[in-house]
Amino acid sequence: MSVRRLAAEQPESFSFTPELEAIAQKLIAKYPEGRQASAVVPLLWETQKAAGGWLPEPAIRAVAERLGMANIRVLEIATFYTMFNLEPVGKYFVQLCGTTPCMLRGAEAIRHVCEKKIGHERHVSADGTFSWLEVECLGACTNAPMVQINDDYYEDLTPENFEKLLDDLAAGRPVKVGPQNSRKGSEPEGGPRVLLDPALYAHDVKIGQEAAPADEAPTSGAPAPTSGE
Amino acid sequence: MLADKDRIFTNLYGFHDFGLEGALKRGNWDGTKAILEKGRDWIINEMKASGLRGRGGAGFSTGMKWSFMPKQSDGRPHYLVVNADESEPGTCKDREIMRNDPHTLIEGCLIASFAMGAHAAYIYIRGEYIFERERLQAAVDQAYEARLIGKDNVHGYPFDLYVHHGAGAYICGEETALLESLEGKKGMPRLKPPFPANMGLYGCPTTVNNVESIAVAPTILRRGAAWFSSIGRPNNVGTKLFSLAGHVNTPCVIEEAMSIPFKELVEKHGGGIRGGWDNLLGIIPGGASCPVIPGEQCEDLIMDFDGTRAVKSSFGTAGVLVMDKSTDIIKAIARISAFFKHESCGQCTPCREGTGWMWRVVNRMAEGRAQKREIDLLLEVTTQIEGHTICALGDAAAWPVQGLIRHYRHVIEARIDQYAANPHPEPVVPVAAE
Repeated sequence: MSVRRLAAEQPESFSFTPELEAIAQKLIAKYPEGRQASAVVPLLWETQKAAGGWLPEPAIRAVAERLGMANIRVLEIATFYTMFNLEPVGKYFVQLCGTTPCMLRGAEAIRHVCEKKIGHERHVSADGTFSWLEVECLGACTNAPMVQINDDYYEDLTPENFEKLLDDLAAGRPVKVGPQNSRKGSEPEGGPRVLLDPALYAHDVKIGQEAAPADEAPTSGAPAPTSGE
Repeated sequence: MLADKDRIFTNLYGFHDFGLEGALKRGNWDGTKAILEKGRDWIINEMKASGLRGRGGAGFSTGMKWSFMPKQSDGRPHYLVVNADESEPGTCKDREIMRNDPHTLIEGCLIASFAMGAHAAYIYIRGEYIFERERLQAAVDQAYEARLIGKDNVHGYPFDLYVHHGAGAYICGEETALLESLEGKKGMPRLKPPFPANMGLYGCPTTVNNVESIAVAPTILRRGAAWFSSIGRPNNVGTKLFSLAGHVNTPCVIEEAMSIPFKELVEKHGGGIRGGWDNLLGIIPGGASCPVIPGEQCEDLIMDFDGTRAVKSSFGTAGVLVMDKSTDIIKAIARISAFFKHESCGQCTPCREGTGWMWRVVNRMAEGRAQKREIDLLLEVTTQIEGHTICALGDAAAWPVQGLIRHYRHVIEARIDQYAANPHPEPVVPVAAE
């Protein structure tokens, strides 16, 4: 269990903007009538985004009120789920995966870069640009080591390309999301060794029709699969 | 090696269009209506006959699970809930389905829901997968647009599909914790019985399935149970997404035949072990909760449920973590213990206290700052946690530590000896409590 507490300093109030209210209505509509509590996690998430990357206590109360839930029920959710930041974070919030698969591929070196360039864990840099946190497995183990910065994954890191990534973000230069080497996704480095048969991509399915007999699948003259991006 | 024509996820790496147009070119949504017209019983029987075992880790027969849903509704709606809370360290396969081949999952949701009499399904995706969620939502929107799903769709079976997300809690991958979370509560597992098939989401009959189990269903039903069950060996059939992480030359996700020898898997797709086969220390075959298998047992290891069980480990999710001889095995397991300590929901005392206890002791052992008698004490404590909790997280936390002691006791002892042989300012006191 991780022990999580609300920040000592809190803003006076929080109110739903019309945009956030529109999102709330869309979220609530996904669940049966009377089950609007189901929207609490997604709504807290959207509220956190609207509040600048963290969840102040008045915002938690506002969500409870909007969903007709007891304040304590929403408070316990905000403290249970670790993606809710209970204290302010930097403009770029770096979440470093430190679990064993990333650790084996060099997450500790990435951690040192965070310490060197940003400072202590859980502290926002003086200019408010960065803060960082070591988190548990982010589910991108074949592209380890990796970090999540705000909404995006940055994978296949080395201390060098990660330092450059942080510099580029700080300077407002465009960065590449995803693998920082030649990979596109989770294929082996150097390109896929399978899924090269063009026939796989030459089916001609018409929606709502009967299945084509298996032997009618085209086998020749099919267009070649696109390679690269 | 599995032939390309037998692969189900043909856009695994995202080199093609993830959307509907690309999906139709890959043969998704082919004759879905005809499959539904064959009826509920046919679908469930075909799924049973295919031998598909759940791909989320436990390996329970998917067709059997579907058959547990009530045949007739008693007035309560039925639900399908897809477990896309992929958070087991070492596992990153469902992510590829959701971001690159989402229509396989959407079509599977329609067919599975039809087979269970559900008119609504929720996909619970982990909160961190933001890009994957947007991709999946975009694909769901396309499916609505093309009237493949929805209240009035071309298949004539009213069906709504919703994408829901969590906010960072591994425990929500446990099916009843997932349901609690989906109802807007803390993700704390429920006592069973009642089982979700009788009392699940909102107190209604519910089936929770892994993403991969659902996403392979349409292809199985199109190509037939006999095709699927002809791949692999009996009791372990079909194709499977493997992820290869850690010390292989080219880590990747790959769809392969079940029962592929470990050596072949690593040589063909992982580019071999870093530093050569002799440099292999051990593997964790299916996610962090599976006990480690030492290198010498990997020589003839068959990658399936029975093959991994034969060496006292488990197949899990087939997220293989390879460790070469540069790995500090005690430290690697200590980090896994830290993970389980962090992710314990705190509901059951053996797990809440035990995961922290194990972590502190294994951490000390990684330094060598321990006593040899503590090794047996630690082993004893793991057995006090295992089987004494509501859900399997307690077991999952105990197994890696048991695996460590079973195979690497000599490493721990050597570390302790090394520590004791050097002068230290503080004496070694066996402390586990904070």
